[in-house]
Amino acid sequence: MQMPAPDPVILAKKAKLTERLVAVLGKEGVISEDIALKAYECDALTAYRCPPMLAVLPRSTQDVSKALRICHEMNVPVVPRGSGTSLAGGAMPTADSVILGVSRMTDVLETDYDSRIIRVQSGRTNLAVTGAVESENFFYAPDPSSQLACAIAGNVAMNSGGAHCLKYGVTTNNLMGVTMVMMDGEIVEIGGSHLDAGGLDLLGLICGSEGQLGVVTEATLRILHKPEGARPVLIGFDSNEVAGACVSDIIRAGILPVAIEFMDRMLIGVCDDYSGAGYPDCEALLIVEVEGSEAEIEHQLGLIHDIAKRHNPVEFRKATDAAEAGRIWAGRKAAFSAIGKVSDYMCLDGTIPVSQLPYVLKRIGEMSLKYGLDVGNVFHAGDGNMHPLILYDANKPGDLEICEAFGAEVLKLCVEVGGCLTGEHGVGIEKRDLMLDQFAPDDLDMQMAVKDVFDPKWLLNPAKVFPLASSAARRIAAE
Amino acid sequence: MDLRPKTEAELAEMVAGLQAPVRLQGGGTRAIGQVAADDVLTLSGISGVVDYEPGALTLVAKAGTPLGEIEALLAAENQRLSFEPMDHRVLLGTQGEPTIGGVVAANVSGPRRISVGACRDFALGVRFVDGLGRVLKNGGRVMKNVTGYDLVKLMAGSWGTLGAMTEISLKVMPCPEVEATLALHVSASEQAVAAMSAALGSPYEVTGAAQSGSVYLRIEGFAPSVAYRLEALEARLRRFGDVERIEAAASAKLWQDIRDVRSFAKHDFVTRVSLRPTEMPVFLAKAQADHSFETLLDWGGGLAWLASDKDALGGFAQAYCAAHGGHATRIKDAFEACAFQPEAAPVARLSQGVRQRFDPKGLFNPELMARG
Repeated sequence: MQMPAPDPVILAKKAKLTERLVAVLGKEGVISEDIALKAYECDALTAYRCPPMLAVLPRSTQDVSKALRICHEMNVPVVPRGSGTSLAGGAMPTADSVILGVSRMTDVLETDYDSRIIRVQSGRTNLAVTGAVESENFFYAPDPSSQLACAIAGNVAMNSGGAHCLKYGVTTNNLMGVTMVMMDGEIVEIGGSHLDAGGLDLLGLICGSEGQLGVVTEATLRILHKPEGARPVLIGFDSNEVAGACVSDIIRAGILPVAIEFMDRMLIGVCDDYSGAGYPDCEALLIVEVEGSEAEIEHQLGLIHDIAKRHNPVEFRKATDAAEAGRIWAGRKAAFSAIGKVSDYMCLDGTIPVSQLPYVLKRIGEMSLKYGLDVGNVFHAGDGNMHPLILYDANKPGDLEICEAFGAEVLKLCVEVGGCLTGEHGVGIEKRDLMLDQFAPDDLDMQMAVKDVFDPKWLLNPAKVFPLASSAARRIAAE
Repeated sequence: MDLRPKTEAELAEMVAGLQAPVRLQGGGTRAIGQVAADDVLTLSGISGVVDYEPGALTLVAKAGTPLGEIEALLAAENQRLSFEPMDHRVLLGTQGEPTIGGVVAANVSGPRRISVGACRDFALGVRFVDGLGRVLKNGGRVMKNVTGYDLVKLMAGSWGTLGAMTEISLKVMPCPEVEATLALHVSASEQAVAAMSAALGSPYEVTGAAQSGSVYLRIEGFAPSVAYRLEALEARLRRFGDVERIEAAASAKLWQDIRDVRSFAKHDFVTRVSLRPTEMPVFLAKAQADHSFETLLDWGGGLAWLASDKDALGGFAQAYCAAHGGHATRIKDAFEACAFQPEAAPVARLSQGVRQRFDPKGLFNPELMARG
């Protein structure tokens, strides 16, 4: 992965920059020793590493403002970081950048159950937001798999999704307002505790902008009362096509499950071995979860049963109690760990129109033969968000490159059938160079023009999202 | 001059050659505020449904497609636009055929916004012509997409100030089996908001919470589920007063009238205010001290429609929101300075910067959203 070469002029400023940052954040707020900086050399895209020049850990919006103002004055690039769980390299630094981590900003600032909102500092983890309102039976809906660790700051930056977004939406649908610090240190309030924008929807623009427009330090989030209950059903099929048709029929019947998860034969086997979930031996497996009271759940599962039966499932297993529900989910939830135990892997994140599922899976199978690497598929089937997992051997020279070429071809296929490169992980550095497969140069130019407005010097996370060649003129002109 | 392109290419060529600003319109049914332009650019000629996949819950249509055509197509598959866009013709007394482009440009969302989200939450992709005549796209036609910046959200609710939309992809939803409404006879706004908060803060998935005289709470879904939820909610709400049921067709008619703010059609001044629900009664009490008006609350008290025959409340509401958060739009207001909520200086600079990038020559609806 190509990154811009570190600028010696910036590297030469390290001592002066450290001194100025320590003056406003204190010694404990600035990390400058090489050994300590190793902790920030990568995020969850661990194939690429580079320690930053410095890392700062502010405790407040005011601290963030002071730190950014200094970096802005000294023309030093800043890479914002939540918890560093990005799978796309969104928080990967360059050697001449400052990591600005919000991990010390975890407070709950306000909870208003009558208005169904919570305001938190952005370093708070996703799960700890729900944790703060659970005693009143409320929850925060977006649930990325990394929710135990990932921060709201990163969720906002990447517009994170999760398994339950079929019903509840992704981050942008649950975010009501942010306090954001601009690169020059100015603090802005966008949105708030009311619905929708009075002017342009800048909040919608900021959510998913991958830390390139500003540093979000506080967020107002929508919270909901928990459903009375939830229960999954497991349905096995002997072909991907039939499983896909069943998904489509469930959706058309007006049932709105909270989740419809799909696994192919390879994943079924690997996950079953790992978790002892007791999955059937079949080509495709669906896990469909519905919510409501006991009677409502029974009614919906009855409808799903009737629909599934028309497609001759290999197995239809309804969870009758919490233990069985846990077993059904156990394999799916452990998918990444299970694969990780078997092999190194790369997780893709393209989205396709759901009708294209059988075709895309067939083509991925063909590519697997061509590249000589195995692949397994998990899939948020209700919304078309695929997660092909390509297996490779990190210790075998050249294998990562083959894997990346395979991945790129899969993502291009997603675009070709009417989908997109990334459904919930973000572009980061990982998919940066594929952007021109989805967008025309003018489309990207308009997106970059938006960054020009928010960050005219292109100092915030500058080498991400856009192909380096596309952003080069702007990055260089800003220097 | 009234420009009426029939295709995206024709539109792009027209825009590239524009010498003077234009007022953009679809069906021309939602014109609010004042635009500093003499000429009109009408986009209703760029029309037609491009793609509809009921099993994927997605629809792609050209921006000038009549809303009625889309709603009929969806209804045939027992689906709908679940954000429930209001028909502004009722309130504004306008003529013409609302278009899907107009709905998205104004981010028009009805009572169900409180439960499922706004129009902008259902907009998956756009194609548009920018102020230089370039055809641009953003988003796509799939439900989950974080590829690049989300300019779709920016276009939704930009009221034609950023570009002329030519094509829109939308997420659609299945129609529920049945709907029913509970009516609660509460009049004080504080009590009304408390009752609506109690309902919305329950696990029963209320899809409408409004006060128009009485408080109304809507439940939609499968018949057994609706029956169960109505009963559970009734038990929860009895402490606020007597509860009545409104079934099926009467419920649908009631919510259509609330959606269209039908009861305020006769008034000359109408202002729309979005605030935190618990803040709304405080605002209304302050407003009542000096002004005389009628109120319709929607979105669980988060949205207020204020109507009067001679009292321009818009300025008061905008000043209140500037100090307390939220925003007010002067939907019908003969004395208006600007229909839209003035933004705080740093936000206004960002908005102005964005508008300048999308429309460097200031051709599209100048001065509509902010006076320069």
